[in-house]
Amino acid sequence: MELCPLIKNILLLDSEGNRVAVKYYSDDWPTNSAKEAFEKTVFTKTQKTSARNEAEITMFDNYVVVYKFVQDLHFFVTGGENENEIILASVLQGFFDAVGLILRGTVDKREVLENLDLIFLCLDEIVDGGIVLETDANVIAGKVASHSMDDGASLSEQTITQALATARERLTRSLLA
Amino acid sequence: MAQPLVKKDDDRDDEVDYSPFMGIEKGAVLQEARVFNDPQLDPRRCSQVITKLLYLLNQGETFTKVEATEVFFAVTKLFQSKDIGLRRMVYVMIKELSPSADEVVIIVTSSLMKDMTSKTDMYRANAIRVLCRITDGTLLTQIERYLKQAIVDKNPVVASAALVSGIHLLQTNPEIVKRWSNEVQEAVQSRAALVQFHALGLLHQESHIPFSESFGIRQNDRLAVNKLVSSLTKGSVRSPLAQCLLIRYTSQVIRESANTQAGDRPFYDFLEGCLRHKAEMVIFEAARAITELNGVTSRELTPAITVLQLFLSSSKPVLRFAAVRTLNKVAMTHPMAVTNCNIDMESLISDQNRSIATLAITTLLKTGNESSVDRLMKQITNFMSDIADEFKIVVVEAIRSLCLKFPLKYRSLMNFLSNILREEGGFEYKKAIVDSIVILIRDIPEAKESGLLHLCEFIEDCEFTYLSSQILHFLGIEGPKTSDPSKYIRYIYNRVHLENATVRAAAVSTLAKFGAMVDTLKPRIFVLLRRCLFDNDDEVRDRATLYLNTLGGDGAVVQTGEDVKEFLFGSLDIPLVNLENSLKNYEPSEESFDINYVPKEIKTQPLAEKKAPGKKPTGFGAPPAASPSTVDAYERLLSSIPEFANFGKLFKSSAPVELTEAETEYAVNVVKHIFDGHVVFQYNCTNTIPEQLLENVTVVVDASEAEEFAEVVSKPLRSLPYDSPGQTFVAFEKPEGIPAVGKFSNMLRFIVKEVDPSTGEAEDYGVEDEYQLEELEVVAADYMLKVGVSNFRNAWESMGADCERVDEYGLGPRESLAEAVNAVIDLLGMQPCEASVVPNNSRSHTCLLSGVYIGNAKVLVRLQFGLDGPKDVAMKLAVRSEDEAVSDAIHEIVASG
Repeated sequence: MELCPLIKNILLLDSEGNRVAVKYYSDDWPTNSAKEAFEKTVFTKTQKTSARNEAEITMFDNYVVVYKFVQDLHFFVTGGENENEIILASVLQGFFDAVGLILRGTVDKREVLENLDLIFLCLDEIVDGGIVLETDANVIAGKVASHSMDDGASLSEQTITQALATARERLTRSLLA
Repeated sequence: MAQPLVKKDDDRDDEVDYSPFMGIEKGAVLQEARVFNDPQLDPRRCSQVITKLLYLLNQGETFTKVEATEVFFAVTKLFQSKDIGLRRMVYVMIKELSPSADEVVIIVTSSLMKDMTSKTDMYRANAIRVLCRITDGTLLTQIERYLKQAIVDKNPVVASAALVSGIHLLQTNPEIVKRWSNEVQEAVQSRAALVQFHALGLLHQESHIPFSESFGIRQNDRLAVNKLVSSLTKGSVRSPLAQCLLIRYTSQVIRESANTQAGDRPFYDFLEGCLRHKAEMVIFEAARAITELNGVTSRELTPAITVLQLFLSSSKPVLRFAAVRTLNKVAMTHPMAVTNCNIDMESLISDQNRSIATLAITTLLKTGNESSVDRLMKQITNFMSDIADEFKIVVVEAIRSLCLKFPLKYRSLMNFLSNILREEGGFEYKKAIVDSIVILIRDIPEAKESGLLHLCEFIEDCEFTYLSSQILHFLGIEGPKTSDPSKYIRYIYNRVHLENATVRAAAVSTLAKFGAMVDTLKPRIFVLLRRCLFDNDDEVRDRATLYLNTLGGDGAVVQTGEDVKEFLFGSLDIPLVNLENSLKNYEPSEESFDINYVPKEIKTQPLAEKKAPGKKPTGFGAPPAASPSTVDAYERLLSSIPEFANFGKLFKSSAPVELTEAETEYAVNVVKHIFDGHVVFQYNCTNTIPEQLLENVTVVVDASEAEEFAEVVSKPLRSLPYDSPGQTFVAFEKPEGIPAVGKFSNMLRFIVKEVDPSTGEAEDYGVEDEYQLEELEVVAADYMLKVGVSNFRNAWESMGADCERVDEYGLGPRESLAEAVNAVIDLLGMQPCEASVVPNNSRSHTCLLSGVYIGNAKVLVRLQFGLDGPKDVAMKLAVRSEDEAVSDAIHEIVASG
């Protein structure tokens, strides 16, 4: 277990540091207050930086945290001090882009809260108990999207692919902008 | 794609803080959860309620046990619905509630097992993950068949779900998971990238467990990896994550097979090859692995440093950070290898990301040469004002070591430190600066006067009581030795006027030290101390009175007595913890408290125990391992035995030494108690046979190989019932004050009586029997107390070279320098002082030891180790004490060891 790349937590906070959706995979923070304290530290330490183009990175209390901001949302992925920073960054990027695809390019706190069920599913598809499940945003978003279909649904395979294609296109556009 | 959870208001855009969860309340949501019980399920509405429940849990809301159980039962009803989206939320919800009670789990088990064999891939994958999360061993054997199938499922999501679950289950049910290795082997060859990664993760741990459990089969391990690596390096690894894992696996094997001679490092080519991989995470993982190789050579380092250097100028902060952090570590051991990157590193000083900038600065400080110091300092000065305290501390520490490396540059570095000392900053930061200045003053004589004045200026306006009193104490020691001590008096006396009681008391002590050391200042100091007699704090007044009396001479210019100086400057050679305990135990009586009765032994027991959990006394019911209060406990125990009452003060008690193998009929260990003219062996015995009662237990000791010892008392143990430890003692007389050594063979003698296990009653008639124990030895280290000194250098100098004995020894081939250092420390039984950890890779090391030898003789030892040839260790031993005979004795210990 100790050699496998491990994710300690994934956090999605708003621009005031409030919790939007978080997932902890480590016992390092056994209580809710410990979690809140960690979130507060992460938020204040990164608040003044600009992480809107490239993912940023910091280190404190023996944790490496990579993060990225968009609109009023702050995305964080935490690993142990010896974790490969680039692996952490790829998980962050996977989460960040998948949320973009799921929300069809309009990524802000309100949109996330209105689709919170999909965000929870998304977190569930990225990491399982600390182990990276998937980092490809298209695959993650695809899995989440397929779940909102009913059994024997009216939506054909075609429409889903189309939906994803539009979403991807929008994302690329927003990234290039 | 998704439906809003509550009906949107048309004018919601006007609301600044709109949230669909506004005003959400647990009680209400739990009420809403009743819809799960409706005969006609509304999937969308159920999904919304689950999302609300998840939201509450995510926000840190807790459910009572009753509430959680109720929700759980209700959620299980939702398995009836065929709606995939809802099912997906049900899975997440069950994991979030993570039920533990068996009866609760059973409710969902059948539903989940049904999903596990479903035709829908998504059902299978998720059901596996949920089931494995909540399952126990018995259930696992039932579903094992499905899990093995799932590992080789053609859908990668299903296979990954089973493999990742396997990795988790390995912690709780390794024996079951290990049976899946055929399937896992197959999955390693999967064409799906992530499946390969997860399979490798499971395979690697699976195969690793037996090897780490049983020592010595490392060879097999290496072969297994060899096979794995060579089978996977032929381009069949598709996932960068899997490749990273393979690199970690490989590094571990390299570490564990570190004994092969240099130049023949296994798998280095593989690591180097990974530097040309197309994925950045793999390149970095390999580069880092190479830099962390044990005893890495510059030739091996070069390609790794080259790729890291490229990362330094990447546009991605994460890459720059990863590279600079790794290079920073390399700079500690191989500064020369990193100098090529200095230009790239210097441009990082202005990096937007301050973590990167700090790491770059400290790397440069480690690799810089004397001529670049001034330029660097200029750059750092601009940079310091806009970074956080924690980064500043790192920079200060780097500057401190730079200054020790280039003492000639002390002026600009000291200036830098005093400048930042004047600026704003928190306690930890200020403390780091003060500590650095103190170290520079100690180690660079030229820096002393300016450094002390900087500190004096600092305490004029220092808000931290701790720092003020530390600095005052330091001034008291160093100030009187300067060319013009009188100029510090003003700064010190100012504190008496302006500060709180703690600082005032410290200032009074400092004044007294100046008075004691500088005879010409004495009259002035007396005037100042007399003024302190009217302070409104007891401690300050008491100190002033005490010092006025001890300094004596009524304020005339007279010499201060040696004993007064000793009192003022001598270090307290008693651990404060011990003093505190003794004071707590002291009961007011006729007899006044005597500091000489405070044990001087440093209690390292708890630490040692943590490090070697396997060393616990074996055999069940063995006496509990020595606790922090052992010394006191032994003292109390021994003084309660009248026969030992006249032996005097206990000098030292050894750690228990096992005299029996683990899991024998009788478990015995011995503690050696050393007195001035006696030695007492305390045998701790445990009877592990329920059907036996031992009576009249003694240990017959043969001291024929210990000529200087004569047995005086043997104290038998009257009865030793099953599993209830007891002690028997044997005392020897030995020449007073002499560190006599010898070997003792031991025989346990007793009367054994049968015990009826049903009634627990013993028979009346017993048989005499004997049981051979292992030998025990009294060695020189038994006469040495581990007693640390706070400042070794001062202690060494004040001890003087009068009774110094220096000699050189060859220690022969050793596994490593660290191993040799530890062996000598163990042999001498002394306390290592200051930094005594041996750095990896170093070819020489100096180790400072202190202790008290029998007869209350303080001993200081300076050990210098060096590698002589590839493995041979040579050692120079310098001993200082107050008695030549003691210094010689220490050499004898080493010579005969």
